[in-house]
Amino acid sequence: MASYDSHIISVTVENKSGVLARIAGLFSARGYNIDSLAVAETEDPTVSRMSIVVRGDEKILEQIYKQLNKLVDVIKVQDLTAEEHIERELVLLKVNTSSSSVRNEVIQIVNIFRAKIVDVSRKSLTVELVGGTAKVDAMIDLMKTFGIKEIIRTGKIAICRDNSKEK
Amino acid sequence: MTGAKAIVECLKKENVEVIFGYPGGVILPLCDALYDSEIRFILTRHEQGAAHAADGYARASGKVGVCLATSGPGSTNLVTGIATAYMDSIPMVAITGQVATNLIGNDAFQEVDTTGITRPITKHNYLVKNVDQLPVIFKEAFFIARTGKPGPVLIDIPVDVQKAEINFHYPEKIEMRSYRPVSNGHPLQIEKALSMIRTSHKPLILAGGGVISANASEELRKFVEKTQIPVALTMMGLGSFPAEHKLNLGMVGMHGTVYGNNAIMETDVLIAIGCRFDDRVTGKVSTFAPKAKIIHVDIDPASIGKNVPATVPIVGDVKNVLKQFISNAPELEIREWLEKISEWKKKYPLTYKNDSGLKPQFVIETISALTRGEAIITTEVGQNQMWTAQYYKFRHPRTFISSGGLGTMGFGFPAAIGAQVARKDKIVIDIAGDGSIQMNIQELSTAVTEKIPVKVIILNNCFLGMVRQWQELFYKKRYAFTCLKERQPDFVKLAEAYGATGYRVTKKEELNKILIKALSHKDGPVLVDCIVEPEENVYPMVPAGASLNEMIGGLA
Repeated sequence: MASYDSHIISVTVENKSGVLARIAGLFSARGYNIDSLAVAETEDPTVSRMSIVVRGDEKILEQIYKQLNKLVDVIKVQDLTAEEHIERELVLLKVNTSSSSVRNEVIQIVNIFRAKIVDVSRKSLTVELVGGTAKVDAMIDLMKTFGIKEIIRTGKIAICRDNSKEK
Repeated sequence: MTGAKAIVECLKKENVEVIFGYPGGVILPLCDALYDSEIRFILTRHEQGAAHAADGYARASGKVGVCLATSGPGSTNLVTGIATAYMDSIPMVAITGQVATNLIGNDAFQEVDTTGITRPITKHNYLVKNVDQLPVIFKEAFFIARTGKPGPVLIDIPVDVQKAEINFHYPEKIEMRSYRPVSNGHPLQIEKALSMIRTSHKPLILAGGGVISANASEELRKFVEKTQIPVALTMMGLGSFPAEHKLNLGMVGMHGTVYGNNAIMETDVLIAIGCRFDDRVTGKVSTFAPKAKIIHVDIDPASIGKNVPATVPIVGDVKNVLKQFISNAPELEIREWLEKISEWKKKYPLTYKNDSGLKPQFVIETISALTRGEAIITTEVGQNQMWTAQYYKFRHPRTFISSGGLGTMGFGFPAAIGAQVARKDKIVIDIAGDGSIQMNIQELSTAVTEKIPVKVIILNNCFLGMVRQWQELFYKKRYAFTCLKERQPDFVKLAEAYGATGYRVTKKEELNKILIKALSHKDGPVLVDCIVEPEENVYPMVPAGASLNEMIGGLA
């Protein structure tokens, strides 16, 4: 699967219990892999939006699109990769800061990335960064040299750019 | 009124006339409410029987079948029946009891996560947490079950919800923003398809179960008679086009006719209508219909392009699309193609060696002749199913009732009970094997109690015949676990033990007489144990994974 392009699929669904299980079940039953999944309520509390990152060839993506649409609770499916869109991911990193020089280096990197320090202790700094996947990956890579104690990522979320031509 | 009474009202609003079910602890409030209602309740002897009977009822009538069970083992026993209906797109509503809402998640007595278990095998399902949701959920459930690509919908109802008070109001209409099945085919696609048909020299229709579920047989016949395009059928499509029509090529696929499979290999435009290109139909996908452009009509977009790429995909209700086709259908000049097909038909007819023994194919042919193709035939799964598909001359839609997708042994008998309840005017026959009949034999009790006059014809070869056939052909005749000869029950006595009538046929010469006797039974079920040639095979056969022109056996 690794050679396939990554796609970010935005799925709006009825905000009901069991919907997440339906979607997760669909992917596992048909053997499609989910790289990441983020879900929360939208501006309309009866609707949730899921951002699902998947990889697959054209045929797999077509099936994913159709099978998702077939679920009764799914309102709309959109492959955002095909359109102009903005994607963001949030990461929290707990980095080892054994000495003050390391601590300073970490703070510098945080500044360069316009990230934020959200927790400090004697032996670590916890850093928050929001950005595209490349930016997040780049910072994680740099921080590895100091030793990352813990890491948590939200997975990508994405939204379409407002296309002024349509108005 | 109580939730249970409200459910009965919902069912009445949906014109439910019969429920197949089995009671139990947490469905008691509903059973109690049904006790006073005019809805007929048929007590099966196993929940699986209830699900298959509701399925058979739905297939025979076109209405939504309803089954009912309690929580836990009740609902898990429905699972095979629900999965069977799901694979074949049969409209069904399954109602299950659930433990009280305050106990859900506590591993309570007879608790199981029914909606979780049935999620991948239902079109949709519901857990009713609040009694006020009942009317909308029932309205939606029946709507979802019968529209679009039909399928089973399950409603899981905790016992306290059944007891709670509700101010009942049934919605007249239902509007779901997330569920809007299409109905007409896109006009541009229709035009593309028609122009492709106009220029084709060897067109072929492949009609599937979708033609039957859309009630589109009449439209199919009109389209065929105008264009003269020959029709091949999938197993699920049997009955959608009359077997004896000169343009009918019978069933295609693994045990399809030689002429049907040849036509698939040679056609230049394949018009697939309401079928999903199951692997039993296509054989090796890469060599399926190698010369053809494919027009694929289906209500389910996900079925199009899933197994076989479509040149012209048309999403829509088969009936509507065929109507759109008919209005501009060309009268084709394809005499050469039709002659080629008649040649194949003459050269490679379906055949078997009809020697002195009692051949299973002969049993089916005799039943077909005696009932003039007018009976409703259900089957179990395996050789009995394939011989029925090959040798019974189906004339009408909804008369061949068989588990196509899931291939469920034990389906045919309870399905026959359901079909007979739906169609009292028809002779209903379950063609069974000696293996599969034992999977739901307990329903003899149901049929006797309810005086349901289904006929069970057992093609008794003392083997799990189809599996044995594969072992003969592909496993060096090592008949692992497929011989049923040891301690096989006396089916005649078994029928009698249940209070049914049983006959046995051991000789070819007796068959006609005993079948006539059996078919004339009116009061209750009758079972005919036909002792057939034990090692007869179903031919022709395309081995799994081979191309449709790589057939073995039966090539006259």
